[in-house]
Amino acid sequence: MLRFLLRRAALTVPTFLALMFVTFVAIRLVPGDPVEVRVGERGISPERLAQFRHELGLDQPLWLQFAHYVNGLLHGDFGTSIVTNQKVLTEFAALFPATLELGLCGMLFAVVAGLPAGAVAAVRRGTWFDQLLMGLSVTGYSMPIFWWGLLLIMFVGERWGLTPVSGRIDLINYYFEPVTGFMVIDAWLSGQAGAVKDALRHLVLPAIVLGTIPLAVIARMTRSAMLEVLGEDYVRTARAKGLPAWRVFGLHAMRNAMIPVVTVIGLQVGTLLAGAVLTETIFSWPGIGKWLIESIARRDYPALQGGVMLISAMVVLVNLFVDLLYGVINPRIRHG
Amino acid sequence: MADERVPPRALHPLPADGALGACGRPGGAEASSTADTPAPAPPSPARAFWAAFRENRGAVAGLAVVAFIVLLALLADVVAPHSPIEQFRDAVKAPPVWDGGTWKYVLGTDSLGRDLLSRLVYGARVSLFIGVAVMSVSFAVGVLLGLACASSGNVVDVVVTRVMDLIMAVPSLVLAILVVAVLGPSLANTIVAVTIVYLPRYVRLVRASALAELHKEYVTAARVAGVGRLRLMFRTVLPNCLAPLIVQAALGVSDAILEAAALGFLGLGAQPPTAEWGTMLADSREFIRSNPWMVTLPGLAILVTVVSINLAGDGLRDALDPKMRRS
Repeated sequence: MLRFLLRRAALTVPTFLALMFVTFVAIRLVPGDPVEVRVGERGISPERLAQFRHELGLDQPLWLQFAHYVNGLLHGDFGTSIVTNQKVLTEFAALFPATLELGLCGMLFAVVAGLPAGAVAAVRRGTWFDQLLMGLSVTGYSMPIFWWGLLLIMFVGERWGLTPVSGRIDLINYYFEPVTGFMVIDAWLSGQAGAVKDALRHLVLPAIVLGTIPLAVIARMTRSAMLEVLGEDYVRTARAKGLPAWRVFGLHAMRNAMIPVVTVIGLQVGTLLAGAVLTETIFSWPGIGKWLIESIARRDYPALQGGVMLISAMVVLVNLFVDLLYGVINPRIRHG
Repeated sequence: MADERVPPRALHPLPADGALGACGRPGGAEASSTADTPAPAPPSPARAFWAAFRENRGAVAGLAVVAFIVLLALLADVVAPHSPIEQFRDAVKAPPVWDGGTWKYVLGTDSLGRDLLSRLVYGARVSLFIGVAVMSVSFAVGVLLGLACASSGNVVDVVVTRVMDLIMAVPSLVLAILVVAVLGPSLANTIVAVTIVYLPRYVRLVRASALAELHKEYVTAARVAGVGRLRLMFRTVLPNCLAPLIVQAALGVSDAILEAAALGFLGLGAQPPTAEWGTMLADSREFIRSNPWMVTLPGLAILVTVVSINLAGDGLRDALDPKMRRS
């Protein structure tokens, strides 16, 4: 068991090394000199420029720069934004809770709606409900979520006026210091009347938009996993001995159908982070996705580099965790 | 490497060029019949494929829509009523015909007075071109790398597999954004970025199915018969890996279109005045309240195209490879 865990974890080391290498190379391929970007348009004397270069370590040989970069990463130094002059890690950490809150709610929506829908479709295979759900699932999977977000803003937000369409909370009526970074929890802690409700109202549309593709994937996966399980002997036995339908489907079948579904849910993390870039841009949600896009617009390449590094590291770790979990649940993987 | 003098009869039931293991593959070689008694002729692979494909109504509908969009894209010069970049200054932000507009601009015009219908039609050309270009390049490179991995199985395999794992580790859109940030936004760089993002799927698929095929007896037979390494990989093994690869290619077109549209929406794709659906959507965002059609139509075009390609792709999957059926 321990050997499996270690072996699987060790496999991520080359991935991390390569990731560092790629982000290091990428930023050096970007057109434009980072020092001149920092200096601005007015320009400075050549001596000062040389001094700047020296301070940033850009006059050293490339391999030494790479070694410094890796050393920095290992010590938690993901670079410094050239626009705000803040540590990338600091900025990232400040914005990450917003993305996490949005991602968790999107996932919650996808799981809560997708699991039962997929299960019911499997049990009622071939009915109008099944066909409708599979049609919706293809549509959801194919959805350009940036457009879907705009449509929801147009109808739910503007025309029907049901929800706000940008930001995390109404900043005019509510103000409180972030404690956890999760707006809903912070609003609750602040004790201001109506704050939690307002935060939730801001959260609904972005969470639906972000959860749409995972919802389609989960519903589809649950349906096919359920169909497979429903053909098993133990399900027939359970039915034959007269167990009520909800016990057969809900306990016996569902539990076994869950194994592949849980893996799929874990693997949606990458999709969620990619989706967060679009969703946050549309809803002005102050998370890392919006920050990443803005750092491109501002030519803040160190921020982009650090951000990509952090996001990828996170995906690698979550995938590792899912793999390990899967190995723990299913011994056949462990010894494979 | 092999004994040239193996009597041909010993090889007879094992046709060397990979006719075994194919099920309903289009254009596949006919299995050689050893029996002398005349059996009823099996339907040709193309016919068998069509019979299986036709069963799925959604797939047929999807294919029809795809064919329609492809026609539109090819005939854009004839079909589109106006030039996609001509600005009609007297008809800026005209509404579509069912919303009080005129037949001159059936779907209305955008904020610069460009005819929306014409831009959508030419946009089909751009999107399909991106989709097909990404698919062709990743297909070709994927086959080469995948077969190289499977046949060499040492340093090449480890290095390529690691690089592909790395690409898969970065969320697709984030990686595409990084590539475009480095190369600069343009239509060509969109294709490069999206190709890099989707390449691992093809490489892994080819590698996995080629490795599985390499253990089969007909490959051993071909080896024994003295088939060279290149011929073995491309003529013997590759045809038997094609079924899942074709399905991946079909679905890959829709993924590429969606990804490219997302880049365009973020302002990192095709640059103005190119009529690209994602870019059109981004340009019209600020008019969401005053001119909702300007926002609705380009997105609808993306959705309809992607859905129909996915439906047709699912049908292709079911027809080509019953083992991969989703339900």
